[in-house]
Formats: sequence, structure tokens, C-alpha cells
Amino acid sequence: MIGRGELNLLKMENSTKFNQEYYDRNVNNNITKVHKNGHKNGVNGKNGNGHIQDDWKKDFHESFEETPLVAAILTYLCYFVMVVIGYIRENFRYYGLEEDKTISEPKLEGFVPLYQSWESFYTRNMYRRVRDCWNRPIASKAGPYIDVLERKSEDHNWHLDITGKKLNVMNLGSYNYLGFSENTGACATSSIDSVSQAGVGVCSTRQEYGYSNIHKELDTVTAEFLGVEAAITFPMGFATNSMNLPCFMQKGCLLLSDELNHASLVLGSRLTGATIRVFKHNNIKDLEKKLKTAIIEGQPRTHRAWKKILIVVEGVYSMEGSIVRLPEILELKKKYKAYVYLDEAHSIGALGPHGRGVTDYFGINPKEIDIMMGTFTKSFGAAGGYIGGSKTLINYLKANSHSAVYSCSMSPPVAKQVITSMKIIMGQMNGNDGLRRIRQLAWNTRYIRRRLQEMGFIVYGNKDSPVVPVLIYYPTKVVALSRKCLAEGLGIVVVGFPATPIIESRARLCLSASHTPEMLDKTLELFDKFGTELKLKYSKKSRIADYREDDSILIS
Amino acid sequence: METLPATWDMYDLFQSFLRTPTYHLIVEVCLVLLIIKLIFSKSYKPEKTVLSEKEKDELIAEWTPEPLVPDIPEDHPIIKLMEKNIVTGPPGKYINIRNKSCINMATMNFLGMISNKTIEEEAVRCIKKYGVGSCGPRGFYGTMDVHLELESHLAKFMNCEEAIIYSYGFATISSAIPAYSKRGDIIYCDEGVSFAIQKGLAASRSEIRFFKHNDTEDLERLLIEQQQKDKKNPKKAKVTRRFIVIEGLYLNYGDICPLPKIVELKWKYKVRIFMEESFSFGVLGSSGKGVTEYYGIDIDEIDLIAASLENAISSIGGFCVGKKYVIDHQRLSGLGYCFSASQPPLLAAAATQALGILEKDPGLVTQLKENCLRVHEGLNKIEGVQIVGLPFSPVKHIRLVEPSDDRDLDIQTLELVADRSIENGVACTVARYLEKEEKFLPPPSIRIAVNCQLNSTEIDRVVTVLNDSFNQVFSL
Repeated sequence: MIGRGELNLLKMENSTKFNQEYYDRNVNNNITKVHKNGHKNGVNGKNGNGHIQDDWKKDFHESFEETPLVAAILTYLCYFVMVVIGYIRENFRYYGLEEDKTISEPKLEGFVPLYQSWESFYTRNMYRRVRDCWNRPIASKAGPYIDVLERKSEDHNWHLDITGKKLNVMNLGSYNYLGFSENTGACATSSIDSVSQAGVGVCSTRQEYGYSNIHKELDTVTAEFLGVEAAITFPMGFATNSMNLPCFMQKGCLLLSDELNHASLVLGSRLTGATIRVFKHNNIKDLEKKLKTAIIEGQPRTHRAWKKILIVVEGVYSMEGSIVRLPEILELKKKYKAYVYLDEAHSIGALGPHGRGVTDYFGINPKEIDIMMGTFTKSFGAAGGYIGGSKTLINYLKANSHSAVYSCSMSPPVAKQVITSMKIIMGQMNGNDGLRRIRQLAWNTRYIRRRLQEMGFIVYGNKDSPVVPVLIYYPTKVVALSRKCLAEGLGIVVVGFPATPIIESRARLCLSASHTPEMLDKTLELFDKFGTELKLKYSKKSRIADYREDDSILIS
Repeated sequence: METLPATWDMYDLFQSFLRTPTYHLIVEVCLVLLIIKLIFSKSYKPEKTVLSEKEKDELIAEWTPEPLVPDIPEDHPIIKLMEKNIVTGPPGKYINIRNKSCINMATMNFLGMISNKTIEEEAVRCIKKYGVGSCGPRGFYGTMDVHLELESHLAKFMNCEEAIIYSYGFATISSAIPAYSKRGDIIYCDEGVSFAIQKGLAASRSEIRFFKHNDTEDLERLLIEQQQKDKKNPKKAKVTRRFIVIEGLYLNYGDICPLPKIVELKWKYKVRIFMEESFSFGVLGSSGKGVTEYYGIDIDEIDLIAASLENAISSIGGFCVGKKYVIDHQRLSGLGYCFSASQPPLLAAAATQALGILEKDPGLVTQLKENCLRVHEGLNKIEGVQIVGLPFSPVKHIRLVEPSDDRDLDIQTLELVADRSIENGVACTVARYLEKEEKFLPPPSIRIAVNCQLNSTEIDRVVTVLNDSFNQVFSL
């Protein structure tokens, strides 16, 4: 196995020959020996150093690093101890030696219990002890600073009570990528105006009387923003996936889904009735292998040809911070005549020189993608989702989407927020404010990533992804970091099992264009301090980043 | 018993060999032969077709997928109609369609909460404080104080321990059902349930048994059937959860579920009840608490009540109420709750405000009931149609008395009626369904929604216009 230092040294020499060897030896093995998260254990360095030295690959830096062995063992041990203690205390509670504070189901004679007793073992014994790190209520907009309502517990988090005190902390947890979560300014004003013009609710479906001129405007602006022929919008991002995937795929179709796809895509896929096959995260070789076998072998048992094949991927993966290898996926799409469904929940607005998402980032014509899906929750500071594509596709959805027929359309003020923020990003309003935000976000992203890497943290994902996962591994340290940060005025998101693999608990920073350099420095300072204190700087990789934030020219 | 002697040699071996019975030797020899045969015989291998690379490439080149979606013409009737009936302005008691102000008999604004000034002011106040979006799921700084307020207000209003809110009505029940009912569990479901429930059932992967709409005898038959199966397999019965999924007021029929009888069956056959009250919440009962209040049934008898906030409350979102141990489970297992951004704060605040208005003024509910009765009476006079739905239900279906065999033709007829009534200033709509996806497709109808703000002249006008439109269309 190649050492990390060696790899980086060679990288600096930019030896194509070596890269080829490295690729053959390691990346090609990926198919058989892949780590659960989709990147090979042991060696990763840059996923982009493939043998085809296309332009985009030169600038495609994704970093992943293997869990250090000691950390892995100790993390398992950590969970083991928690399970043992939990088990002992469960028994204590069962025999009445410890007061049972769980709100458990009363015994109803003859009824099958609603939950298995072991079902919530993890919730009761582990999650409960640390649950103050999640669901923190706030009493302000989700802007660069938030007012977190302080919560106290007298009984080890069985009950959490709001004390009434507000903690004004820096917010690196919300998906406010372009900083449009604002209560003043053009977006808020237009939303406020639309309340009196069109009301708050709609009370009807799109096919009945829930389609107003605001919705029509939103559809048009979205299509223009995306650069596609037409678009349709829905009031909830999650439902956009789960309610529309069944419109495209039926029995006899094949869905190839990335293993780290969001729950809404998984649910939507399940509701289609089509066959679902999962490929390894962002692993093109594995995808190609599965595509090829699928077409050659046809449907299982009958060997009938598949009706259609849909590749379902996301633009930016929210837990890994990785960016989809879209150019290669499109090559496969052409070669094998598959369709592509691209979920841009985290990438629309946040990626690309014009903020148009992952297609913009790679310089690909969005019309090459069959189904462009995304949400308004993140970059646009609103709520809802869209689907963009050809006119035929959108007309079909207008007539057949579950949402268009059976449920409410978008609230006018929310729609207005999207319209205004999109216009700002496109430069049709507020001068170059949109571009300023895009550039600032790109700068902030690289700056934080570079500095964290220099400090020795293990940071996952692409250098341009505003989702920055910092690996912590130990569930205990995760909680300690979250609490310490909050106490020092920094709100971050931490994620552990079951949202991540058991040995890959992490903290996640979501950057925003509204973060000032001072805020970022303060954040880094805190991370540096706690990183040393809690011994979180695991990285054995070179601490020299091979990208700089200066590439993004700021507009003041 | 013979034990091995300490000095075991070839002689002893030979001696014992001689002592063994012949049949034993024959069996042994046969066994040895069989083993030899098995070792040397050719194993059976099904002929495996190995394709050459060229053949594989050919297969790939030959394969042509179906188009992603069937071609929909630009002038598809629904799309044309959507563009024609574009709404401008708030869809209140009057709705602006085709630049004409029509009496709104189509949207579910039962209590007239749309264009209510206090609600609008509250929404504006909220935008000024929180902005529009929440920019995160509930777990990650997406929980705002307005969400907690709405949850506690809903729980208090419904006299339940706990409430949970979702950001979309459709996602509420379709996330709630699979949170509890898993593979192997059994769900008894009314045939008339709405599409959201049908999706929830599909997502749960449980065994679904449909009973005839509002037919408790049919339900009991299914329950007895299961009871007999359980006797045969008590082990399985012990771990199979059972649920009855019903709606309070059925959107597709305008009638109410026979709750007292279903509660009786619940206790008799030990089945839990999940009830969807999207159309009865804020409508039925003296203070709008829904079907339980209407029948005077203790709300604790129902294990879970789900409803959307998109009808009587006129916001966007949904909620579930019930016992704490039931509802809290969704905070970690409700897919649409955990993995979705939270409800925009302005919509939560608008819902809280609307709930407050309903609480303060139960007269709205009485007024709505009166209007429903009056509309029902009026519509009943129209000839050639039948009114489906209870007299006091705010949702009514006007169906043709003598439908033709062709569904499309009937829809066209009704579509014409709706079109004429819009021209004459009354907005109503043909009920839309995804015909291929509905499990039990209701007959075509014009769906009427009643608003509590209508006065008697307006109701008379509605009846006259509809009557005229039907007469005109029938005489074509």
C-alpha cells in the first residue's frame, strides 16, 4: 500500500505514469474491495486522478481518508461499552431497581405491541443521553447568526426544558448556501407583498384551482434559471422525489441508484415498483458493470429486455460532501442509452460559476440530463422542489404527477421568495449581488476546507462542495465537540450512527455566502482549539492543500 | 460390550473381521462403491451460455429503451384547462378566473381562513422575523419556536398528549403509516381512502386488505377470517400488528366513517385505528375537532389521527396527534419528518393563528354546517344528477344519474357544465383522479366545496347557475 505522503509527493510531480499505475492498482480494485462509503479503504487521495486526463479531472479534487485503525477499534469498543451499560440498565429498569422514565406503551390485553422492546434500545440508551445535540430550537431566521433556545435537563436528557435564555451563536449548520435566508431585502419584501396579493394558503391542487399566475411565473423562471425547456414546481422537496419518481418508472424498468442517495429518492424508487440496483458511491466502474450486465441479461428470470433504465444520482451528497462524476455518467448514459435523474438538492445555487448547479460546474448543457430535480429549501431560502426537463416531460408531469392531481400547490409568499432569489442569482435584480454571493460561497468553501486540512483534520468531499464533513469517529467526541462549540458560540451539525456508518461519525459544516471571513476565522480557531483538546486531528495526509481560495475573485 | 484391547494388532483386526455378519459386509462394500461412483461420476452442470464480447456489444447496441414518458400533446385537455383557468389573486370566497370574479365552490377553504387579515398580518410578521424558509430539517436547526408553538397548540386543541407537524399534507399520512406498520403486519383499509393513504400503504409493504367503503360487516368478515388464521398459527399472530386505516370524512364520497362501530371492532379484534381527518378537522363536531367530537367518542380510542392543514386551516402542512408514545416514534421514524426541511415558519404561524380563530369562534363551524345543508338542499333540486355526500358535509359530489358506459364522455359532459358555470360566475371543478393509479376509481363527478362565508343569496345564485348549466348541457 502506498503511503499518503508518497502519494502527495508524486502528485506534486504530476506524474501521469504513476497515476496510471496507482489507478490500476487501487482504483480498479474498487469494484471488489470498496469501503462502505464508496471510497476504498486505505488509499484515496484524489478520486479525480483517473487515467483519462480530461480537463475537468485536473480540477476535481475529492479527498477521503481511511478510518485510522486505532480510532476504528476504539470506536467499536465505545459502542460496545454503551451497549453493555445500556443492557445492564435495561435490566435494572425491568426489575425496578432504577426508575423507568421511558414513556413506554401501556400493556393492552390482546394487542400486539406497537414496537418491539429492542426496537428503541438504541434510542433509549444512547441517543437519549446525547439528544440535546439535535433538534435545537431556534428563535430567529436561519441566517449567519441564530438564536438557539437554551435547553436544560435535570434528569440526563429524559426531559429537555427550554429555559427561556437565547444563545446567539454562529450558524454553520443550516443549508443557507447563498445566504438568502433573510428577513429584510428584496426577497422578504416581495414575499410580504405577495401575502396581501395572493394570500398565504392555496387550498387546492394544481389541476383544479391551485395554479395561479405566481406558480406560472415560478415555473417559467425556474426553467430559465436551469436552462431547460420547462419546469414544474412542488411545495415540498422530499415529496418532489417521492411523488414523481413513480411517474417515470414502472414494473419492468430498472433503477440504478447510488448507495448514498437521499431517503426521499430511496422511498420514491421503492414506490415505483421497478427493480432497484444499488451501485457504489460515485463509482463509475461499478455503475458501468451493473449497467452492462443489466442490458445483457435483461430482467431476472424472464430475460426480457428492460423497458428503460434510469440512473439516479445526486449533485452534491449531503453527508459526504462529494460531487457526482457527472461527465462520466453522461458518457455511460450515451453508451448504454440510459436516462439520468439528477437530484440537485444541495448543488443548485451552490455550485458552478453562475450558481446553476453541477451542470454549470462541469460546463455541461443541462438539456443533456433527462430529469433535473432540485429543491428550493437550500440555496433559495424557501421551501419546495422542482423538476426541469423537456417540454414533453413536464407536460406529462402536469397531467400525471401525484402532486399536481392530489395535493396542494405552493404557498404564494414561498414561491415569490424563490422567484426573487433566482432573479438575483441570474443578475436580473440587485446588480451583481447574485454573483457576489456565488463567489463568496466558493471562497468560503475552499478557505475552510484548506485551513481544516492544514490543521490536520480529516475532511471529506470535494474542494468545492459547501458541505464540509469533518471526521470525528468517536460518538463521545462528536457530542463533546457539539456541546463545546455551542457553549463557545458556534452552532454545528453532528451526525453519527445510524445516519453514517458506525465508525464514521462526523461533524458537518455547511457554508454560506453570508459568513464573513471573521466568522470563518473564529470557527477555525474554535476547531483548532477543540481539535487539539479532543485529539481530532487524525489526518496522516499531507497538510498542504493543492487548491487555493484565491481562485474565486471576490466582489465587494 | 467389546472394548478395544490394549494390544491391538493385525491379528485382532482380522479376527473381528471374521466375526462380523455377512450382511454388514455387503452393506459396507455397497457404500464404498457408491462413494467411488460419486467421486468419479461427472457432475451435472447446466449448459452455461458464455457470450463473447462481440455478442455482448451487439446486445447493448440492439437494446432500445422505451421513451422516458409517453408523448403528451401540448393541447392535452388537462393542460389546456390549467392554462385557461389560471387563478389570479387570493382564492377566497370569490376567486378570480379568466379575469372574472367567481363564487368559489371548488377550493377547500371551508372556514374562510384565506384572505383573513389577522392571518396575513401574522404571516408578514413572521417573514419579518424569520425570513421565508427554514433552511434545514427539524434535527439541524430547522426547529423554530413557531413550530413548537403550533405543535403544542394542536395537541391542546385536540386534547391529545402530543402533536407532530409535517411540512406537507400529502407527506403526513403517507409517512405516518410506514413508521408503524412494517412488512408482515396487516392493514385493513377502506376502499374509499384518498391517494395519500394509498401511497402510505404501498410504502409500508404490509399486507393490505381492503373492505368495502364504510361497510363494517365486510370489515368484520375480514377480521374473523384473520382470527381463524391466527388460531392455526398463533406464533405468527403474536407478532403481527394490525391496523384499521380510515378517513374521517371521505373526500371521494363526502360521507363519514362509522366510527362507533369501528371502535367496537377495535376492542373486539384488537386492532389499532389510524384515522385521516384532513377534511373533517375544523369541520365536524361542535368546535371543529373532527369525527371523534361529532360522535362523542373519546379521542384516546383512536391510536393516531392525521390531518392536513391545507383545507379548513388554509395553510400548508400536516400534523398527527395521539399519545406521546405513539407520536414521538415518528420523530425518528417518520421519513417525511426526519429527512425533509421543516415547514416554513410563516406557514406554521399562519396555522397557529387560524387555529386560534377557530378556537375563539366555534360559530364558524355552525355557519359552515348551515351552509352545507342549504347547498345540499338546493343542489338536490337539479334534475338528472345525484348529490353524493351527507347533507352537512362540506364536500359534495354531483354525479350523473344515468352515466354512459364511457367514462371519458361523462367527464366531458361534466367538464362542459363546469365551464359554463365559470362563465356564469360560479367556479366549480370536476374531481380529478389518476385513473390508472387509483385502486378503486370513483365515478366521475363535479366536486363542490362549501365555504362558511357564503350568504343565502350567493348560495341561491350557485344553485341557479349550476342548474342552468346542467340543463343547458343536457339539452345539447
